[in-house]
Amino acid sequence: MEFRDYYDTLGVKRSATRDEIKREYRKLARKYHPDVSQETDAEQRFKEIGEAYEVLKDPEKRAAYDRLGANWQAGQDFRPPPDWNQGFEFHGGGFSGGDSADFSDFFETLFGRGFGGHGGREFHARGDNTFARISIDLEDAYSGATRTITLQQSRLGADGRPQVSERTLNVRIPRGVRQGQHIRLGKQGTPGMGQGEAGDLFLEVDFKPHPLYRVDGTDIFIDLPVAPWEAALGASVQVPTPEGRIDLKIPPNSAAGRKLRLQGRGIPARRPGDLYVVLQIVLPRADSEAAKQAYLDLQRATSFDPRAGLGVRS
Amino acid sequence: MSRAQADNALRGELLDDGIELSLAELCRACQLPAERIFELVEEGIVEPRGRTPARWRFHALHLRRVRRAQRLQRDLGVNTPGIALALELLEEVESLRARLRHFEPGTC
Repeated sequence: MEFRDYYDTLGVKRSATRDEIKREYRKLARKYHPDVSQETDAEQRFKEIGEAYEVLKDPEKRAAYDRLGANWQAGQDFRPPPDWNQGFEFHGGGFSGGDSADFSDFFETLFGRGFGGHGGREFHARGDNTFARISIDLEDAYSGATRTITLQQSRLGADGRPQVSERTLNVRIPRGVRQGQHIRLGKQGTPGMGQGEAGDLFLEVDFKPHPLYRVDGTDIFIDLPVAPWEAALGASVQVPTPEGRIDLKIPPNSAAGRKLRLQGRGIPARRPGDLYVVLQIVLPRADSEAAKQAYLDLQRATSFDPRAGLGVRS
Repeated sequence: MSRAQADNALRGELLDDGIELSLAELCRACQLPAERIFELVEEGIVEPRGRTPARWRFHALHLRRVRRAQRLQRDLGVNTPGIALALELLEEVESLRARLRHFEPGTC
């Protein structure tokens, strides 16, 4: 098991006061909070910070941790001393069932046992509800899909210590689901105590970013590149949608940025969303004599002033 | 995944727009006391339909807001008005980031 340097994790000196520790924790927590942060390793960092703070904010745990000595290095192979935990009396504030899966083996070995409170205080006949996140592709919301997720669960073992176990579930993703919605799986949460039934598992749905489509609620947006003559003269073109290709009529004299709405082709929720095709006019390069000539002819044929609204002369 | 596995997959209940939660159901789902939900309603963080708590009906998407609010309070010590502000700003940042991702892929 690797030693964890909790002072280093929070970036504080071993002599730091409780207030200093709290201040540094809060700073890092704001930076790495998974609800706020865009850092790729935010979730992992946040867990480490939370674990370090859990120990250093509690005078009893901190004193016990300090007693290990200052000579340990983070990552060094660690085994608790044989007399570990003697002479300390811990009150409550041990880790709760919900957090235990998040903390390291190191934490669990030091504080997972004898830190009071877990057994009696946590007793429920019914198991707790658990929450997890599931990432799906936009296409899954159109067709429905089956996805496999692996969940880490902690439960109290026979010896009174929390044990982390993994389990894999195949879950049906219903058609019409959208970002931020929950799927409730009855009795798939934490097992109940005694005769009590298990809690529920709630899966929060998260869409993976899509290279073509942008999602807003149940509405979908796609940018469609068109040639100037298609936008000016009108055209019938093919457009990809999450359900497959469709033929779309572009009305004559369409401006760049024009939105064409395809009603009911968004996410097929109870009230289906719409698909918006946003026109992007793409210019061909004037890289041949013929192309140059075509641009010049267009210039002569129209009295077009793109800067008419700016009050300057072209 | 094999056909058999797919057929055996768990079917959950989608908490979609057609589903509304009573105060009791929201409390049970989030494992929070009703008093905490009152605070969130008072601050406008979640806005149920219905006049009295007994008749309140919460949109299924409120579940996400309430859970997020709880995490912000627990992990960052943000008070309730602060949570309301943080949630609004976070939602704005999210929609801006989604647009930015669209216009400048790879930036965020």
